[in-house]
Amino acid sequence: MAAPSKRSSRPAPVRKAWRSLTWLGVIIVGLFAVNAAGVIWGGGSWTPKLALDLEGGTQIILAPQLEDGQSASQEQLDQAVSIIRQRVDASGVAEAEINTEGNNVVVRIPGELDDQTRARIESSAKLELRPVLLAGAATTQSIDPTATPGPTDPAEGLATEPTVQPTDGSDLNWVTPALQAQYDAFDCSALDETSANVAPAADPLVTCDQDRAVKYLLGPVEVSGENIVDATNGMVQTSTGGTTGQWAVNIVFDGTGADEFAKVSTRLYGLKGQTPRDQFAFVLDGAVLSAPSMNGVITDGRPQITGQFTQESSKALADQLKFGALPISFTVQSSDTISPTLGTSQLQAGMIAGLIGLILVVIYTIFQYRALASVTIASLVIAAIITYLMITILSWREGYRLSLAGIAGLIVAIGFTADSFIIYFERVRDELRDGRPLVGAVEAGWKRAFRTVLASKGVNLLAAVVLFILAVGSVKGFAYTLGLTTIIDVIVVILFTHPMLQLLAQTRFFSSGHSWSGLDPSALGAVYRGRAQFRAPVDAGKKAAASQREAQKRQTIAERKAAAVGAGGSSDEGKES
Amino acid sequence: MASRLTTFGNDLYTGKRSFNFVGGRRKWYSIVAVLLILSVVVPLVRGVNLSIEFRGGSQFQIAGVEEAAAGPAEAAVHEVVPGSVPRVAIVGDNGVRVQTEQLSQAESREVTTALAEAYGVPESEVTSTFIGPTWGADVTRQTIVGLIAFLLLAALIMAVYFRTWKMSLAAIIALLADLVATVGIYAAVGFEISPAAMIGILTILSYSLYDTVVVFDKIRENTAEDGAESRRTFPESVNLAVNQTLVRSINTSVVAALPVAAILFIGAGALGADTLRDISLALLIGILVGTWSTVFLAAPMYSQLREGEPAIRRHDEKVRKERERAGATDGRAAVPSA
Repeated sequence: MAAPSKRSSRPAPVRKAWRSLTWLGVIIVGLFAVNAAGVIWGGGSWTPKLALDLEGGTQIILAPQLEDGQSASQEQLDQAVSIIRQRVDASGVAEAEINTEGNNVVVRIPGELDDQTRARIESSAKLELRPVLLAGAATTQSIDPTATPGPTDPAEGLATEPTVQPTDGSDLNWVTPALQAQYDAFDCSALDETSANVAPAADPLVTCDQDRAVKYLLGPVEVSGENIVDATNGMVQTSTGGTTGQWAVNIVFDGTGADEFAKVSTRLYGLKGQTPRDQFAFVLDGAVLSAPSMNGVITDGRPQITGQFTQESSKALADQLKFGALPISFTVQSSDTISPTLGTSQLQAGMIAGLIGLILVVIYTIFQYRALASVTIASLVIAAIITYLMITILSWREGYRLSLAGIAGLIVAIGFTADSFIIYFERVRDELRDGRPLVGAVEAGWKRAFRTVLASKGVNLLAAVVLFILAVGSVKGFAYTLGLTTIIDVIVVILFTHPMLQLLAQTRFFSSGHSWSGLDPSALGAVYRGRAQFRAPVDAGKKAAASQREAQKRQTIAERKAAAVGAGGSSDEGKES
Repeated sequence: MASRLTTFGNDLYTGKRSFNFVGGRRKWYSIVAVLLILSVVVPLVRGVNLSIEFRGGSQFQIAGVEEAAAGPAEAAVHEVVPGSVPRVAIVGDNGVRVQTEQLSQAESREVTTALAEAYGVPESEVTSTFIGPTWGADVTRQTIVGLIAFLLLAALIMAVYFRTWKMSLAAIIALLADLVATVGIYAAVGFEISPAAMIGILTILSYSLYDTVVVFDKIRENTAEDGAESRRTFPESVNLAVNQTLVRSINTSVVAALPVAAILFIGAGALGADTLRDISLALLIGILVGTWSTVFLAAPMYSQLREGEPAIRRHDEKVRKERERAGATDGRAAVPSA
């Protein structure tokens, strides 16, 4: 770039310009240093992390499944996130990203996702312990096709309130005629994986086991799955320390859970022999995982489940009990798998589009602003460098990931950023047209343009902030890049574009108004220069003469100024085209 | 070319050449009204295509296919879900996209396997998307909340900055017109309304107001600097400001539209870059509509809102009387040119 011509005298604008440029240098070097430090010590990188749509991988959005009128609290969601994270980590998947977006939990896993891991994530259910009231073989519709003509509501017209208030969870008074009818008519195949089978914790639940072989009528929730601290599988130990060769699942409750479980186990053990009322059911996602019977009173909060377990099945149950203990249950709202090839091709398309867009902008600005375009291009390059560094640092520090929507935001930002320069240049040209010398025009134009740029960029930033706070998903990523580039744009215009113009105004090429400078006063139709220094009227061609006559008909301030000095405010149109 | 636009700019700046944006507002309003009515009617008649994110369903994309044809996909889907009617589209040179109704997770995986076999590609090349019907509704609700919050805040901030709520009102009305026109034209083109398109439309909000603020700032400058001594009427001052920023409006709309147009044409050819394509179409329409609505709608409307104010009416009368006394021709602003 051109250096100031008069270094010795150093007028005020030049000093200011160098100070601004120094600050800009400090900022860029600072960002480089932060990023370099991140690369060396903090696991940072010189390239931003990519989102799944560019990198390939799987994104699963889980929506909470709630009873009517309920909403999930942030605390519940956070808890759900940490539990799902444990599950994913347990399956050995690296770099999974799990967080909340609005009311939903979003799981992003790069690379290919095996079925087992997917199942672990998707069985995002709520675990409940309920006492069994009734159990029986599952009915299928072929057995009883006509008895229930209204299968949607078999309990219509029957009493839904217990006649005698039940005293505890195992009290058969819970079984109202309506509930009995529902239980009798219940079709296990209706218990679809995705459909909700939820009942309020204080009410009984009709459901089946996971194999759809046994159906149950269960009492209200006695112990919540959140109270399970740990669940492991292991061989049953005999009192002498040997093993029986039988697999079992060992559960550890927390304090609350231990107390509650002690009460239940005392009561159920008292019902021993009255099968199925001595059983309690672990209910996961509305289906019964396991319904063991109580073989003793357990007061230490460390029950053991035994049965026909293999090593695998006991491990699976232990995992489900341990990791299935979500505070609320979820359904899969969307599941998105992007192949790595597709991601790469999208990234390429985005980059090519960005590059072509940039070249087009450069060509257009050169046409429009001649040598001044170099300032625009340099400003865009500076803005691009700062944006790149910021995104890399943010993806290291804040886990920001560049998505396709983000890239679109960046490409669009090229146009928005260039607009600040256009506003500025046009204001400088306006000042030149009013007859100011270049140095004065740059300062005066800047004052006006700066105000406009700040006000308009303020609106942009407001839009970005509001969208970022309120919107979800990809809209958020887009708002983020929009806001970031808006701020960077303002920084660049203050610390680079304006200082550069201040310096260039000192050079002969620009101040003499070279026809290629883009700030040629004669091309701009300036009427007089500086204080009372009038420019000699240029040779006005036919066209100019015609326009002059036209102009006389319509008086304006500038025209009157021109008329006052007796010189035609004509332009040397056609001199260079 | 450049110098011609520069000269054009000079003429606009001095007022030698002037477009009558404010005075001829009836004409511009009617054009805008017709455009808005078309924007509402055409999509209603033709029907709006909502993307799979709003309809709910399952979508599969197969990349790197040697011979892209619809047949194998249909057969593969039928194999797994006999009753299904898949929509199969060929994307780019070697991509196939299959959309079906909502499949269960198990079915979805089976279809993925079947498609991979049918096209002879590894399973990792098959992208599957499952979208519940509530997803789109969720995003839309959040977006509308964001939209309303933004409009209220922006109106308030502009009223404070310009020290008149009338600029806010004119800007917001122009913004709403932009929204309707952008959505209307987008839908008329026949592209699906996807979340990416919604992002584009939201950006338009920001862009439209941004552009209006730039022009209004010049109007504020002109009308404030002229003060009581001005020899121009209020509508003439507004019109001059719009003309003086016209070159900027042209340059800005071109510079903003160029990169977006690049995304639109590159994105359209690439497989799976629907996000890019939808976002850029919405942006391209919105940038053009947003820039020109400021000139043809927001500025005339602002002038109209202010003209009735007693102080401005008195001033305008005085200007007109002086002109008559001076025997000069009527104000430039009333003489349309070009």
